[in-house]
Amino acid sequence: MKNGRERGRKEGFREEWKKNKPLFIMAAPAFIFAIVFLYIPMVGLIIAFKNYRYDLGVFGSAFNGVDNFRFLFSSGTGWLITRNTILYNILNMVTSQLLAVLIAIFISEINKKIFKKVTQSLILLPYFISWVVVGVFVYNLFNYETGFIPSIVAAFGGEKPNFYGMPGAWPWIICLFNSWKWTGYNSVIYIAAITGVDSGIYEAAAIDGANMFQRIWNITLPSVRPTIITMLLLQVGRILRGDFEMFYQIVGNNGQLYNMTDVIDTYVFRSLLTSSNIGMTAAAAFYQSVLCFVIIMLVNTIVKHIDADYALF
Amino acid sequence: MENSKKIKLSTSSKAFYVIAYVMVTLMALVCILPFIMLISGSFTSEQFLRFNGLGLFPGEFSTEAYGIIFKTPEKIIRAYGVSIFITVVGTFLGLFLTTMTAYVISRKDFKYRNALSFFFYFTTLFNGGMVSTYIYYIRYLHLKDNLLALIIPGMFNVFYLLIMRTFVQTVPTELIESGKLDGAGEYRIFFSIVLPLLKPGLATIGLFLALGYWNDWYNAMLYMNTEAFYPLQYMLYSIQQQTQALAQIASKAGITVANLPSTSLKLAMAVVATGPIVILYPFVQKYFVKGITVGSVKG
Repeated sequence: MKNGRERGRKEGFREEWKKNKPLFIMAAPAFIFAIVFLYIPMVGLIIAFKNYRYDLGVFGSAFNGVDNFRFLFSSGTGWLITRNTILYNILNMVTSQLLAVLIAIFISEINKKIFKKVTQSLILLPYFISWVVVGVFVYNLFNYETGFIPSIVAAFGGEKPNFYGMPGAWPWIICLFNSWKWTGYNSVIYIAAITGVDSGIYEAAAIDGANMFQRIWNITLPSVRPTIITMLLLQVGRILRGDFEMFYQIVGNNGQLYNMTDVIDTYVFRSLLTSSNIGMTAAAAFYQSVLCFVIIMLVNTIVKHIDADYALF
Repeated sequence: MENSKKIKLSTSSKAFYVIAYVMVTLMALVCILPFIMLISGSFTSEQFLRFNGLGLFPGEFSTEAYGIIFKTPEKIIRAYGVSIFITVVGTFLGLFLTTMTAYVISRKDFKYRNALSFFFYFTTLFNGGMVSTYIYYIRYLHLKDNLLALIIPGMFNVFYLLIMRTFVQTVPTELIESGKLDGAGEYRIFFSIVLPLLKPGLATIGLFLALGYWNDWYNAMLYMNTEAFYPLQYMLYSIQQQTQALAQIASKAGITVANLPSTSLKLAMAVVATGPIVILYPFVQKYFVKGITVGSVKG
């Protein structure tokens, strides 16, 4: 029985190959690319269970059980970077989506075409700028000597704030720049959802005497709700992934801010380039990869159960 | 009764419009403000910056920083060259991979299109992570100081593949069928019937790919040791770090670095590195808006 099915499958493949050979050939480059550059590195995850030595390589290095994980978590670093990653993701998710929905509603309601076009362009502009340049912005806005904000405070006779000595300020600065970079991008998505609403519904509401707030509350918001849910679900699936480029460029090498700003990705990157203990770094990366996968599968299964329309895949 | 209700309605919507205009204007100003600060700072004399800090207008106009940059522009020109090279090559190869694959997975008569889609999609759910990729590139592929290390990571993106599939699906299947009836082979059909109809998709995905390459600094930081291979953004980053480090060392050693306009120089560098993107932006914006919109609709 099993044999027969197997043979059937094999024959099915042969038949498909005969019928669509050019399609197989056209898909081959990307297929090989994915195997070589995306799938093979997955094997390297076993480094997390090894005492990695560069001269011995991935397969030559000796296994050391879960020692790497024990070090990572007993030093407290594992918990700290996990906590930071999750809290930052929640904060950034809520603030940036909220702001994007608000801006999208406002821009959709405004009728002045030129105003709309100009402001929308300006709000989307940060999306195009590399994080390196954003890092330049942050440094020049906040540094004590020449920074824009300390200088303004000083000009008005206040005492210059030293932001780089205040770790507590950085979650808000990071949150601010996350919104600064992504509000334009996200609002484009929400504007598209709002534009998709049948204008007849709005006309009917106007005839029924609904005022502007009722209209937004009862028509616009429900129409963007599916988009909001999808965006939030995508973010939840990435809750253990920090936006590496953002954190690295905003915080830089200011060690005294790490307690408040280090996320898994920045920790892994820094120790990869500076530390000799590759095993512990690999443990952090492994832990992130695997847990992320588990969370996505879990979220997707739950969502599928509640409302299959919202499932991610 | 009727009348008063009408007046009340219009005042409430008036209030809404006031809030909407103010909020949107504020947001736009916040988005543009750092750019203004950057440009004005780059045109301010170092002396003024040191005593008064950065402002929105050049307090004391000076082009000294640009003078220094353009006196020895070789480094920047080289970095521009590297960036242009990886952007052009990477975008071209990326488009090639993405478009062909998107075409295959949208062919309804291809039996394995769902399996293949999942094969690619799976890499967004699970991956080897930073450490094993790094070790693989360095130790096994020997890509240190090889420009391929800047090209490969950005070449293929599953998200772009799905957007491209949406574009391919707009091509009527009748066209493909009639091509077949006319005796055209699969490659002919793809290259001379489908591809010309994909121009908007090619422009959109091509620009996304190009933006990714142009703004990349991270792969250069991991894989490039030699300055000659630094792309523009990483060059900018390393200069920001160097002058910061220089100023720190100098101040620690009690030396005044008065002759080096470090702050305005760094700002001018950022302007030189960002200028082209900002100038191109108005022309390419609509393609990105299109891409973002298409990408947000689940395919």
